[in-house]
Amino acid sequence: MKPFAYARPADVAEAVRDVAAEPTAVFLAGGTNLVDHLKLGVARPDLVVDVRTLTSREVTDLPDGGLRLGAASTNSEVAADRRVLERYPVLAQALLAGATGQLRNTATTGGNPLQRTRCVYFGDVTTPCNKREPGSGCSAVGGYTRYHAVLGTTAALPDPTAAETCIATHPSDMAVALAALDAQVQVLGPTGERTIPFTELHRLPGDDPSKDTTLDHGELITAIDLPPLLAGTRSAYRKVRDRASYAFALVSVAAVVSGTDVRIALGGVAHKPWRATRAEELLRGAELTGHAVRTAMDAELAAAQPQPGEGGGNGFKIPLVNRTVVATLRELTPEASA
Amino acid sequence: MDAEVTLTVDGTRHQLPVDTRTTLLDLMRERLGVTSPKKGCDHGQCGACTVLLDGQRQLPCLALAVAHDGAEITTADGLAPAGELHPVQQAFLDNDAFQCGYCTPGQICSAVGVIDEVSRGWPSHATADLTGEVELSHDEVAERMSGNLCRCAAYVNIVPAVQQAGGAR
Ligand SMILES: Cc1cc2nc3c(=O)[nH]c(=O)nc-3n(C[C@H](O)[C@H](O)[C@H](O)COP(=O)(O)OP(=O)(O)OC[C@H]3O[C@@H](n4cnc5c(N)ncnc54)[C@H](O)[C@@H]3O)c2cc1C
Ligand code: SF4
Ligand code: FES
Ligand code: FES
Repeated sequence: MKPFAYARPADVAEAVRDVAAEPTAVFLAGGTNLVDHLKLGVARPDLVVDVRTLTSREVTDLPDGGLRLGAASTNSEVAADRRVLERYPVLAQALLAGATGQLRNTATTGGNPLQRTRCVYFGDVTTPCNKREPGSGCSAVGGYTRYHAVLGTTAALPDPTAAETCIATHPSDMAVALAALDAQVQVLGPTGERTIPFTELHRLPGDDPSKDTTLDHGELITAIDLPPLLAGTRSAYRKVRDRASYAFALVSVAAVVSGTDVRIALGGVAHKPWRATRAEELLRGAELTGHAVRTAMDAELAAAQPQPGEGGGNGFKIPLVNRTVVATLRELTPEASA
Repeated sequence: MDAEVTLTVDGTRHQLPVDTRTTLLDLMRERLGVTSPKKGCDHGQCGACTVLLDGQRQLPCLALAVAHDGAEITTADGLAPAGELHPVQQAFLDNDAFQCGYCTPGQICSAVGVIDEVSRGWPSHATADLTGEVELSHDEVAERMSGNLCRCAAYVNIVPAVQQAGGAR
């Protein structure tokens, strides 16, 4: 591991100033992703700024009826909070489907959505990877693509030598639920505070796959707010994986049915949690029959790009995610006929 | 780069300078001679290093020692007074819940954490009714202990051991 200085400043403002002033500096929360990456040589900071004890660990009621999750609240404690379990089951289910009991006791609300991709080449410093080393190319194209994207990519088999190529997915379960809930991210940066809609926190690779999010260097997540929901809102998370427990998602679905609206976010299919806005539009006000949902998802997935690769590539994700959305909405609206 | 840290491990207070890169696991094993937490993967994947850190089961292989200045750690070795067995340890003996024993200290600390989490009503991925009562069924134990791998596959005996210890509370 490369040597680094460690700092635990007096407050969040000082932490933000410290990171902003040092180009390679990083924030440390639970460390379950960062410490792994320090060991692997994927993260090579000169300065690690510990914010775990500086941000709030509380879950608090907001005046508008929503909930505020302090950045240092742990994944376990949020998943066990009665208000979350009763009002936002999609979030509790997503958290409980992620990682293990030990990891959830350490992992935080701020750190979880900012965990990096589990693309095997990203974690292996001996292979080219545009996300880890901009301009070096993408080893995943035509390689092991089982956990890679089918949406938001430019082509099936994009140019592996191009600097903008990256077919990685975002691995967080929590983030998929937060996208479906239209959560808001409270951010403190060197120039002040701002609020980012959760759906705009993560980005597609665009021309710079090294950037996972729209946060600027030095910007700290201080809390994530869950908006109030209409009475009668139902929500659920479904995760499909290679084994029944303790594995990252092949695909996952977070769905929120609220009045005549249905909100659908997909995990395991793109560089960011994917809001299925096309399907949502088609389903607004409609009866959520299996046929209607399937047809709406066909439209959502029309532009999907299956990636060839070892073991047959990842084309299986396209029908799988469609069926998973159908199953999730059937669970939430059993009254709609199949 | 060095920093001074103070830690209490199994009731003994230690104060020493550590390189900022040192994990809690390496600090305990290499510097403090506390070898009951085992190093399996060193990447948070196997659970062999599981300890109770500030009262909750966590993984010291992914924790920087400098970030845990002042922490209280209990390892499997410190669960009960010298010469006595913690109920979870007794249950592992009663159920023959290990073979080589390498994963066992981590399994035991994890089981202590599981039993505490269930007593606080925390649901798991295996809980059908998220806001209802949690029972230590086979599926609940298997799900909650999924972060502790056993290369000898002693799982069939670990599950009843955890159920016994959980019920005996
Ligand atoms: C074996 C294993 C299995 C796992 N399985 C799953 C799984 O199935 N599903 C899943 O979703 N996750 C899984 N994870 C990932 C785990 O959920 C994340 O590692 C964890 O949520 C990260 O939170 P943390 O607080 O430990 O973050 P850290 O490791 O401390 O930080 C992660 C990143 O966020 C940055 N950061 C942290 N806090 C802030 C903040 N407040 N503001 C700005 N930046 C910040 C850090 O600089 C770092 O880049 C797994 C991890 C492991 C090791
Ligand atoms: S998919 Fe992205 S993260 Fe994976 S090797 Fe290619 S550039 Fe790197
Ligand atoms: S050694 Fe810590 S989880 Fe494997
Ligand atoms: S008893 Fe041998 S690894 Fe579990």
